[in-house]
Amino acid sequence: MLNTYLELIRIRFLMMLAYRVNYYSGIIIYSLNIGVYYFLWMAIYGDAGSIRDMTAVQMATYIAVAWMSRAFYFNNLDREIAREIRDGTVAVQLIRPYHYLGVKMAQGFGEGLFRLLLFSVPGMAVVSLVFPIELPGIGERWLWFVVSLLIGFVINSQINMFTGLMAFYIMNNEGLIRAKRVIVDLLSGLILPISFYPEWAQRILTYLPFQAISYQPSTILAKGMARGEIAHVLLTQWIWAVVLWIPIQLLWIHARRRLIVQGG
Amino acid sequence: MFYTRLILGYFMQYLKTRLEYRGDFLVQLVTDLLFQGVNLVFILVVFSHTTDLQGWTREEVIFIYGYFLVPFAVFAAFFNLWDFNERYIIRGEMDRVLTRPAHSLLQVILETMAPESLIGAVTGLAVMGWAAMRMDVDWSWYDPLLFLVFVIGGAAVYGGIYITLTSISLFSDSKTDIQPIMYNVGNYGRYPINIYSKVIQFVLTWVLPFAFVGFYPASFLLDDDRWSILAMVTPLVGVVYMGIGITVWNWGIRNYRGAGN
Repeated sequence: MLNTYLELIRIRFLMMLAYRVNYYSGIIIYSLNIGVYYFLWMAIYGDAGSIRDMTAVQMATYIAVAWMSRAFYFNNLDREIAREIRDGTVAVQLIRPYHYLGVKMAQGFGEGLFRLLLFSVPGMAVVSLVFPIELPGIGERWLWFVVSLLIGFVINSQINMFTGLMAFYIMNNEGLIRAKRVIVDLLSGLILPISFYPEWAQRILTYLPFQAISYQPSTILAKGMARGEIAHVLLTQWIWAVVLWIPIQLLWIHARRRLIVQGG
Repeated sequence: MFYTRLILGYFMQYLKTRLEYRGDFLVQLVTDLLFQGVNLVFILVVFSHTTDLQGWTREEVIFIYGYFLVPFAVFAAFFNLWDFNERYIIRGEMDRVLTRPAHSLLQVILETMAPESLIGAVTGLAVMGWAAMRMDVDWSWYDPLLFLVFVIGGAAVYGGIYITLTSISLFSDSKTDIQPIMYNVGNYGRYPINIYSKVIQFVLTWVLPFAFVGFYPASFLLDDDRWSILAMVTPLVGVVYMGIGITVWNWGIRNYRGAGN
């Protein structure tokens, strides 16, 4: 069974590799985004050495790491699922001997892996030449970052799946997908580290899964965290990753019953 | 006269299709507002940690951002050329356009226009107005006139650059990703230009003049005279870049061979 999913990951990876040229422009776009936020934050820092316990260099590193991580955890599972529901191919998927959502997750991971190797890694190299960022040397921090980022990927994919499955109920959920993307970018800490939000907002955000996607992994790498804190972060991330399966499963079970495919 | 009737006809057609899908319009409206809301949240939160952005106050930065939304909305409404390559070149609709007795670019613009994007201008004006009310902006009688000229100039800069990029499809039918890249460069124009490094300032002024879309005119309206000369050439820059766009387009049309047989 596991082999099936590994094979799905491999195939998606190879499929992406065939269209790799499309990704060079992505590196430029992400670098441009890093650039605009870099200059904005440097202007915000001005002469201040550190704001909210974060130095200017740490902030620059955070921006670069957060955007390059986004290249890994970002995927279009929401669009893919919505499209398969709309055009009816989901019916074919249903009769196959695997879990549809598991397949989607595997495909998303294949895509993520591809982007990590051919997008984030070279992108990070380019960015670290252009901007004065400081990455830690090979060591424990990188390990915890990778673990945390992986769970972040799972959580982001789960949110995507949930949005995609809404297509069972709202036929045209394109707007919902776009709105979700904007909200995730804001609340995950990608454009604004969570520690910069006002206290009340931070308190609300601790009860939401979004910061597990970007803020927590990026902070581990860019700023560093005490061991105990890392353990706490990883634990809450795991809990979210498990808990989020419940609404998705429920939605999936309920939605399957009302599936109507037109034509044959 | 011919063109006036044509534009009117296209507009009526547009209204009919839009009214058929009112839900989509609402969805677009909400997502657009959300997107602009996120940018405002960013500015507001950031200013709880600093008093100024390279000399610009919170209200000024918000004013500049609000101003930027207006020319951008005009651009988004009338130069909606994002899937030109897919629709006109690959699916061959360009051949139909070329057999008709009106200028090809005008036809394409009228067929793809999305005047609902003008809603963004209303948001922009509201944001600008809110910021202006909290500051002592000195309004002269000619400021509204200049505002109009600036907005048209800024939209023309954007439009010219995008027409030039779209024209690439007329020479080669392979897909390019330059448009999304340019979109992200354009975003640099909505913040004060003096936060960027000298190289970027130069590029945003003389190469890809997005600073003329948002920052230069907005700083002039804010009575900051450091960039007033540049603000004044906004319409000229708009004319020049629109001219480049139309020239490249016409050149591309002469070169166009079609994707099929």
